[in-house]
Amino acid sequence: MRLALRIAVCVKQVPDPETPASAFKVDESVNRVVPAPGIPPVVNGFDLHAVEAALRIKDAGDAEVIILAVGNDFVMDVMKKPLSMGADALVLAEDPALEDLDAPATVKVLAAMIEKTGPFDLILGGRQASDWDQAHVPLGLAERLGLPSVTLARNVEPQDGKVRVERALTDGYQVVEAPTPTVVTVSNELGEARYPTLRGIMAASRKQPERLTLDDLGLTVDDLKPILTLRRLFIPESESQVEIIEGEDEADAGRKLALRLRELNLI
Amino acid sequence: MAGILVIGEIQDGGISAVSGELLTAAGKLVDEGVSGGVSLAVMGDDLSAVTAAQAPGAERVIRMSDPALKDEGTGGYDAPVLAVAALNESISPDVILFAKTDFGAVAGPRVAFKLGVAVAQDCIDVALDSETGRVAVTRPVFGGNALAIYGFNGGGTQIATIRPGVFDPVEGEGSGTVEDFDVSDAVSGVRTILVETVVQESEGVRLEDADVIISGGRGLGGPEPFEQLQELADLLGGAVGASRAACDAGWIDHSYQIGLTGKSVKPTVYLSVGISGASQHMAGLSGARNIVAINKDGDANIFKSARFGVIGDWEKVLPAFTATVRDLAG
Repeated sequence: MRLALRIAVCVKQVPDPETPASAFKVDESVNRVVPAPGIPPVVNGFDLHAVEAALRIKDAGDAEVIILAVGNDFVMDVMKKPLSMGADALVLAEDPALEDLDAPATVKVLAAMIEKTGPFDLILGGRQASDWDQAHVPLGLAERLGLPSVTLARNVEPQDGKVRVERALTDGYQVVEAPTPTVVTVSNELGEARYPTLRGIMAASRKQPERLTLDDLGLTVDDLKPILTLRRLFIPESESQVEIIEGEDEADAGRKLALRLRELNLI
Repeated sequence: MAGILVIGEIQDGGISAVSGELLTAAGKLVDEGVSGGVSLAVMGDDLSAVTAAQAPGAERVIRMSDPALKDEGTGGYDAPVLAVAALNESISPDVILFAKTDFGAVAGPRVAFKLGVAVAQDCIDVALDSETGRVAVTRPVFGGNALAIYGFNGGGTQIATIRPGVFDPVEGEGSGTVEDFDVSDAVSGVRTILVETVVQESEGVRLEDADVIISGGRGLGGPEPFEQLQELADLLGGAVGASRAACDAGWIDHSYQIGLTGKSVKPTVYLSVGISGASQHMAGLSGARNIVAINKDGDANIFKSARFGVIGDWEKVLPAFTATVRDLAG
């Protein structure tokens, strides 16, 4: 009998990227984003696409889907979303020392979690996180674990001992094959992540996350020192200089807009 | 050794335009005091068409030729990562610059993690911090809502990927030396295999090259309005683009997507129709010279960056705009 595939999906809790620009604030004295009042964090959108990719594999055969996350101040209703979508287990490394890690430190923690909870056939993650947009933790993970990586997946299909990935490019796609285990990052071209069902939400509410401490992972705070330092975080000033074209009605405004652009030889 | 190593990319056999942008960024660091000169490395299976003249500002062009480096070493980029790591060991640069392309966004970080050094992705500026003698970079974060300045502390090679379209390509003709660097031993053990590449070029003018772009977003409400956008684009000799929201909704293929995840464009005129202007989208427009917005919400973010705007229902504004353009064309 074929053993079930084991799939790890790395997810991150981030501020809701749909936060209106007017509610997006930065505290420049500490270089941090101020959480918008009343707007809860979310699981990073691309990470939910990665969860969806794992669940599609599970739908098509036999697979166990384990969610891994590193951070601090997790909101459990938020972090359980992948479970309510259908993932099997949630493993959290939560500690004040795990807040605002740089990518190499995050990679160290995730790699230790994977070694502790593995082995896995596939390690998935979103193509980038909507907070710091670095798009490289999964790549570091692959390098640290000595695994191949394929990015920007729009389709992930495990086959005997390997994985076939359709990789979205700016003008089309590539079909890439890599031996498993491998690290794959998933992009929005995969298609929408499923909504949790009521049954899924009930099942998730009964599941408790497994928690790993730095000690469990054999890491110390010293291991997590940043090598890329955030010196300054600020919201760029934008002076609006828009010339609003008005007309007798909306059609007239459209006509005048065309005439104005022609006047300036722009069209 | 020291200096700056620019990882060039190949286009039509020669050094790509984006690589010229990297040479400009490297030149800025040299002007600010980074010593040791600029080297440009290129990889591929046949680099016979690469010349020093194509790389103004580079003291030397380093060719790394190997069959494993064909097609950028395929979608997993194992071979280029190994090749750059071997070159790094040989010439020990202070700084390595990649372009944040499909290739560089993967190869840059993988090289950094292989070497155990820091990398900053998607930078829009690089500068020498005269106090520390190390490089500082500026990068958009939180989907472009904020900018962050990072410093490379500690030692080791400083690796950055540079957002395409931010620096102008270097001008003139290069006069450096050309040398070959043997990577045949380094690039063994490649694990990922490229099965095929499927190119889905949007029809007509390429978005990246278009001088006029007519772009639609969530406000269009469905796929049909994109036909009207195409009609206008055809009249103006331009191309159609879209926001991620419109692509994710399935109204138009993702190859039309403009933004942080999608294409970066630099048209003279960018006419956005029913696009709110989320930072994620605006990140693809840093090279657009004149943003023109049609949106019914006067508070929409797009008007903050637009030069001209009409606040109104696109279904009424756009047909009149198109008809006027047609009349003007006579």
